[in-house]
Amino acid sequence: MNRLEVVKAPERTHDAEELLRINAPLVTEWLVEFLRDEMIRRRGFRRAVVGLSGGVDSSVTAFLCARALGPENVWGIRMPYRTSSAESLEHAQLVIDQLGINSRTIDITPAVDGYLQYEPDADGRRRGNVMARMRMIVLFDLSAALNALPVGTGNKTERLFGYFTWHADDSPPINPLGDLFKTQVWQLARYLGVPEVIVSKPATADLIVGQTDEDDLGISYHLADQILYFLLRGYRVEQIEEMGYPREKILLVKGRLESTHWKRHLPTTAMLSTTSINDYYLRPVDY
Amino acid sequence: MKIRVVAVQFKPRKGDVEHNLDRVAEVLQQVCEENIPADVVVFPETILSGYFLEGGVREAARPREQVLTELVRRYQPFARPEPLDVVLGFYELWHGKYYNSALYLTLEREAERCRIVHTHRKFFLPTYGVFQEKRFVARGRNIEVFRTRFGPATVLICEDVWHSITGAIAALKGAEVFYVIAASPGRGFHGENVGNVMKWQEILCNMAEEHGIWVVNASLVGFEGGKGFVGNSMVVNPFGQVVVSAPLMKEAMVTATIDTEEIAIARANAPLLADLESGLADLLIEMQEIASEQHARDRQ
Repeated sequence: MNRLEVVKAPERTHDAEELLRINAPLVTEWLVEFLRDEMIRRRGFRRAVVGLSGGVDSSVTAFLCARALGPENVWGIRMPYRTSSAESLEHAQLVIDQLGINSRTIDITPAVDGYLQYEPDADGRRRGNVMARMRMIVLFDLSAALNALPVGTGNKTERLFGYFTWHADDSPPINPLGDLFKTQVWQLARYLGVPEVIVSKPATADLIVGQTDEDDLGISYHLADQILYFLLRGYRVEQIEEMGYPREKILLVKGRLESTHWKRHLPTTAMLSTTSINDYYLRPVDY
Repeated sequence: MKIRVVAVQFKPRKGDVEHNLDRVAEVLQQVCEENIPADVVVFPETILSGYFLEGGVREAARPREQVLTELVRRYQPFARPEPLDVVLGFYELWHGKYYNSALYLTLEREAERCRIVHTHRKFFLPTYGVFQEKRFVARGRNIEVFRTRFGPATVLICEDVWHSITGAIAALKGAEVFYVIAASPGRGFHGENVGNVMKWQEILCNMAEEHGIWVVNASLVGFEGGKGFVGNSMVVNPFGQVVVSAPLMKEAMVTATIDTEEIAIARANAPLLADLESGLADLLIEMQEIASEQHARDRQ
């Protein structure tokens, strides 16, 4: 009997690490064009303000803005609160110095505490939300003063997790990173030359002392991004489990995703007519 | 027969048909004044308005005669002595319905001699993911081949060519040059180029090689609400090779000279179209069977 060689397909046909890999130079070229087109051609703004937290998302955003508009047209705004870590300020300064962009530092403590004195029992979550919303007031006001556009810094993972303050972090009119998972932002950061200390440190919202994103979320970004990748493409929990991911982590990600759809939408309006805005009367944002 | 073709890609101003007609005319003026070798100048899908209009189609759609008149008026001041053919995409108002359409025009120095040679209304309307065409425009019902000054041609729009059967029909009807206009928002950034750029090249090259035809593709550029159109307009020869391609995302025009005599050479090397013709009667029966079975099944 002549036996044929048997060639088997690899066991693992879903290599999420590989599927999440991006061509960073190509993405950079694309996002630079996005910023120029959406800011200058579409909206007539040549200047950008970016809230610099010292983290990787806002650093990458500043790097992209500097490439797209020239460093002289970018303002990096540091907005510390009294409990913010000194490291956040220092890391933001590294970005400002490396890019040669303009900068302002606005201490939001008096503004935040000015309100919170009436709500002394507010818990950490509420205090964090007040800080995030205060930062947006500063960014939008400075953008008016500078004739600039605030540029958002939220990534796809945090948007999918609802891990942001509604109508605060997500409010700038344009956002270059919103369709990139956190692990993809890290890839882009390394390509752009964001200081390694910023890329490799644990991500943190820095709203509470010692806080890290991965502790808050209960899962690492590496694992979360891979699970999100498959959930968004329509794979069932059982299929993802078969790929080797822990069931409790899949359920955690799925739970977060499915409980935060509202955060990715505009407020719900009661429909009464056949010209209801965004239901019947449909015009794109740039029309 | 040699045809000098130009594929143009520029960023239209959203919903501003008048401004975009001005820009189309500016390109034609450049072609005339700089003596850019051109018999046919091809513009992308929806170049008169931008692609993503949603309900704005109602405001941007124009009757085709109006597009001709408006373009002729703009063309007259710098019209060259010899005729110039133009292919362009726009939202059309026709018989009380809106369409995603393409015109093949011949412009002449004398305004009254300018004419619409052919109108194609998009046959396959993408309505999935980011695309919503079926909500806003009606579907065209024909894949036609028409005679130009340079021989038989067809015009197809974007998803029309993602179905290989459409190209097969146009080739069987005798088209030698396929004018394919497109608006393709970039997605997929893990490969050496943007995912849909590579896919487009694969589709157009396969189509050209399978049928032994020339492809002239003009593809939209510019960001619309965060969605960036890729550009990369290209000309593909009947051997399935890209002759020239425009840059990614940037405004540009590319030129090429098509030699229709190469069609016979390509088809002699790979007589797939002739094979398809010879098997057509049997294929038709197969297709009819599929259609009848589907019809019966859906009735159950």
